[in-house]
Amino acid sequence: MLDGSDPFVRFRNVQKSYDGETLVVKNLNLEIEAGEFVTMLGPSGSGKTTCLMMLAGFETATHGEIELGGSPINNIPPHKRGIGMVFQNYALFPHMTVAENLAFPLKVRKMTPAEVEEKVKRALDMVQMAAFGDRKPAQLSGGQQQRIALARALVFEPELVLMDEPLGALDKQLREHMQYEIKHIHENLGVTVVYVTHDQSEALTMSNRIAVFDDGVIQQLADPVTLYERPENSFVAQFIGENNTMPGVVESVAKGVASVKLDSGDTVKALAINTDGKGSRTSLSVRPERCVVSQKKTAGLSSLKGRLEELIYLGDHVRCRMNVAGNDEFIVKVPNTADHLGLEIGAETYVGWKTDDCRALDFKAG
Amino acid sequence: MDATQPITAADGTPLKKKLAQAMFRSKLRAAGLVAPLLAFVLASFIFPILALMWQGVHNDTFARYMPNLTEELRVWDGVSEPTEEMYALLVADLKQNRADKTIGKVASRVNQELAGTRSLFTSTARKAKKLEPPYKEALIKTKKKWGQLEVWQAMKLTNQSLTPGYYATSLDAVYTVDSGFVMKEEKRQIYTKLFVRTLFISATVMLLCLLLGYPVAYLLATLPLKYSNLLMIMVLLPFWTSLLVRTTAWIAILQSQGVVNDLLVWIGVASDEGRFSLIYNMTGTIVAMTHILLPFMILPLYSVMKTIPPSYMRAARSLGATPTRAFIKVYMPQTVPGIGAGGLLVFILAIGYYITPALVGGQDGQLISNMIAYHMQKSLNWSLAAALGGILLGGVLVLYWAYDRIIGIDNMKLG
Repeated sequence: MLDGSDPFVRFRNVQKSYDGETLVVKNLNLEIEAGEFVTMLGPSGSGKTTCLMMLAGFETATHGEIELGGSPINNIPPHKRGIGMVFQNYALFPHMTVAENLAFPLKVRKMTPAEVEEKVKRALDMVQMAAFGDRKPAQLSGGQQQRIALARALVFEPELVLMDEPLGALDKQLREHMQYEIKHIHENLGVTVVYVTHDQSEALTMSNRIAVFDDGVIQQLADPVTLYERPENSFVAQFIGENNTMPGVVESVAKGVASVKLDSGDTVKALAINTDGKGSRTSLSVRPERCVVSQKKTAGLSSLKGRLEELIYLGDHVRCRMNVAGNDEFIVKVPNTADHLGLEIGAETYVGWKTDDCRALDFKAG
Repeated sequence: MDATQPITAADGTPLKKKLAQAMFRSKLRAAGLVAPLLAFVLASFIFPILALMWQGVHNDTFARYMPNLTEELRVWDGVSEPTEEMYALLVADLKQNRADKTIGKVASRVNQELAGTRSLFTSTARKAKKLEPPYKEALIKTKKKWGQLEVWQAMKLTNQSLTPGYYATSLDAVYTVDSGFVMKEEKRQIYTKLFVRTLFISATVMLLCLLLGYPVAYLLATLPLKYSNLLMIMVLLPFWTSLLVRTTAWIAILQSQGVVNDLLVWIGVASDEGRFSLIYNMTGTIVAMTHILLPFMILPLYSVMKTIPPSYMRAARSLGATPTRAFIKVYMPQTVPGIGAGGLLVFILAIGYYITPALVGGQDGQLISNMIAYHMQKSLNWSLAAALGGILLGGVLVLYWAYDRIIGIDNMKLG
């Protein structure tokens, strides 16, 4: 099926419009390798679920091509695509038992009863639900239903599995547990997974690569580390993890480092990642855990004066809300070490960071 | 605290008593709110039904108006020759009936049991004053029939106030003095045939409603809101139109000079002489009833389908099922509660339908309810009407029970 050079899944210039007036998905290009775990992450209405539905075959692309295993699938109906899918509300058939649910895709494929029984048993074992075959879905807890939905999507051994916010309905603890379980199943089976979520920590935990969607466009496609450490625009920086922003104007750019005059009047240096050059507006982005609070200016760091507004004790670290460069929502995470500073509300201190940790990105109002 | 002591409220009274006191007011208020409706239902529904059901097995007309003869008839064995004393008591009662003007009621009652005895009673009562003993000969001289054992057996049966006779008649049997229940001969059976026809027409109407209603309900549940609202109005529109108007509209459409026949003649399916008779027969009843009862099928189906998320069908298709297979294996089983509710509703409404078959049913499109109405209004045999109604009610209850056993009432969903 694969000739080695083609990616397993490919979106080529895909556009989607529901009403002929606005584009929900704008010119999407995405390539997914076999065996990858790719997450589509974004706020609701960003087009991620639409993309997944187009891949599954429940929505048709208005323009462009979707390829699976090197051949276009635009005109193949969903039941012939052989793609496993886990739905947000699990969509377990309520009138069938768990075992019948799992047997459904196998019987559709006209397997022999012995084969069906064997595969159902193996799938139930895989999700540690062997004892629940005779139950109806309504008799299971949310987490158990989730496992069965997962087993059903995998039981007919598809090469591609789509998951549409499968953990959305679970409580926090169970969700984290299931994240690991799905990750391990993916590693063990080697299937390709396309996962949709709006939960960034879920995306970071599980994925090989993450496509951050906003407004129908992939804002950045990268592995979790790159995405967090080196966001390419303000939206990604804001959406993934916590982020402090400071608006300013680029004064000069040299060797990839921009000198930015902040609106408060201070001038700081930052990596010029996504600016329109000299004289343009920019938003500086610094992660809270990369900032250091000190009584004096520290050599080698960009330092600004700040006023401590609020302290929140969180055990392993202390969150400090500060007023820095006119932004009173500036967060600094101070690790709870033995010698941590005697921080006091109202104290005037310096906040510093390395130039490498400060990124000059596209300007976003607000 | 001592373990054996009952738990008390803060003021020292036992907690249970305190709770009962606290609940009493709310219970009283609830009962007060329900009371008017309960009284109304009792007075206008439960009581009349029970009274009518009682009429189906109980008729004391004869015993009440023939007080002298009644005791003698009770002890009579029903096969031996009636005695002179019985004749004498009969004459005494007839005289009294004539004076009280109750002879008509008595005559009608006996006539229900043995046709052709009405005039026997009324004419004899007129002459009763002039009759001289021995009464036996005198009566037989007036009317030969008085010598027949049959007449006396009929009197003995009507004398029995609590009688299974009406139920026997409802099932085309005769209850006799000497040999219990005897089925009527084949060609004189009316009611069983009518019951069977009623069940057949109701089942047909139900199936047609299901076939026609299912796709409409599916569209209603799946179309975008702006289209489904319009469709819903079209489904509900018949509800806002008088039943009579709708039924007579069908007459205009289906009659031999009507729209359908004209069309069939025009396209050449029927010749002008050989127009189809689509109304005033069973076809007319079925067509009109299906149309009128269709919303009762669509609405429960719709309410069930509305709750089935589209993800089930999508899941089935992603698992490899063709659209048809996904529909049959995944969608349809989930609509069973709606099919059951709609089917039961339509069937029970159809089984007691009256106006439509009366207007468009002609001869072979009549239902049992039309016969009940006939006995209520024309023949004035209320007891027989009550017995027929009782059997109908019993039948519905049996169906309901069977439904509960097979599908389960809890599974039913009515909107």
